[in-house]
Amino acid sequence: MNLFAEALAWLADPTKHEGANAISARLGEHLFYTAIAMLISAAIAIPIGYAIGHTGRGKQIAVALSGAARALPSLGLLTILTLLVGFAQAPVAATIVFVVLGVPAILAGAYAGVEAVDASVVDAARAMGMTEWQILLRVEAPIGLPLLIGGLRSATLQVVSTAVLASYVGLGGLGIYIQRGISLNTYEEMLGGALIIVALALALDIAFSLATWLAGRSASRSRHHATVRPAVAPTATTEGTP
Amino acid sequence: MTWLSGNLDLVLDLTLQHLWLSLIPIVAGFVIAVPLGQLAWRQQWLRGPMLSLVGLLYTIPSLALFVLLPPILGIGFLDRANLIIALTIYAVALMTRFASDAFSSVEVHVRQAAVAMGYDGWRRFWAVDLPLAGPVLLAGLRVVAVSTVSLVTVGVLVGIDSLGSLFMDGLQRNIPLEILAGIVMTAVTALVLDALLVLAGRALMPWARATSSRRGAGARGAAA
Repeated sequence: MNLFAEALAWLADPTKHEGANAISARLGEHLFYTAIAMLISAAIAIPIGYAIGHTGRGKQIAVALSGAARALPSLGLLTILTLLVGFAQAPVAATIVFVVLGVPAILAGAYAGVEAVDASVVDAARAMGMTEWQILLRVEAPIGLPLLIGGLRSATLQVVSTAVLASYVGLGGLGIYIQRGISLNTYEEMLGGALIIVALALALDIAFSLATWLAGRSASRSRHHATVRPAVAPTATTEGTP
Repeated sequence: MTWLSGNLDLVLDLTLQHLWLSLIPIVAGFVIAVPLGQLAWRQQWLRGPMLSLVGLLYTIPSLALFVLLPPILGIGFLDRANLIIALTIYAVALMTRFASDAFSSVEVHVRQAAVAMGYDGWRRFWAVDLPLAGPVLLAGLRVVAVSTVSLVTVGVLVGIDSLGSLFMDGLQRNIPLEILAGIVMTAVTALVLDALLVLAGRALMPWARATSSRRGAGARGAAA
């Protein structure tokens, strides 16, 4: 436990909070990569997921995709893409890897949310004269929101985990403390870095739990007689690797 | 292709090490998670807290866990036990939810019939609950197996050799083919394990194929 005290001292050291290598700067890089990757992944996955959920077609493709993504070693993908595009373009390689890992979970959340809406609710909406777009945007999307947020949560945690590896292709992020700690044999540094990474992952997880809970409440308020599966998020079990 | 032809022995050797490092967490994770899942199913009040706890464990990024475990457990940083224990934690975290869902998927009247016929405690678990939960357990085990094989590669960053060693060596020496060999062999290892699990499932649960559509629906429900 003495090592943890040293790690906390390392975290509290004022010199670790200034300059280019400041913890806040590395945290910022980490969050920046995650945010960019999540925006791109969501822009790709949500429309496709909604299309699959609404039409009921192409589900096998989505399932196969998430299976394949689970089998792909993220470190291998990151290193080979970096070599192929060159170290100068490493941010592009990393973003591609993050998006590849982020898309399946969001896709699954989007289609599962729409698919979980009771068919009688959709039929009722159709009978009321709603167009297919209105059904999707006003009925299926709001009711499926908790499951979509669950997918976004899995994807975010997956990307945050993988961004820890970004320092190995020269991109910084919070993984840099672990990488440097290992190569310089400074245990307090790698342990301090690991603690920040865990804190970040847990904080994001809690934030998403809260969002899921809020969305579940508003969905249950707006769905009237709809019978939907309970608003339990598809947790990390659905997708991805830590 | 020149790199591969000169290093076939290395690739095979690393594949075997990789397989070994994967098998222990997969088996240990299953053996630990099934009783946990059964407990969560029997004691409903435990289900929420237990699934939240394993969910939190699963959010810890792997490289961070490899760094945190040695001082907590008092083992060496480069010890293979470090990787094996970390991956077992992930396997348990994934599998417990599947196991809990699997036991929930056993129909109540079937269990009541078993009780009425005089099956008690252990005998009911082995003869009724476990076989009927089998298909969903198998679906979970397949997910655990594939993700464990993929996770083993990260161990190279804390100095534990596996197919992941080809990634870092290839990166440092600028040999994309070496990395590709590592990725392909990791995927092949995962696919082979997955196929073996499917075959084992067919051998152990021949009835599951007859009702596969219904079971498939159950497994899907568990995954969502």
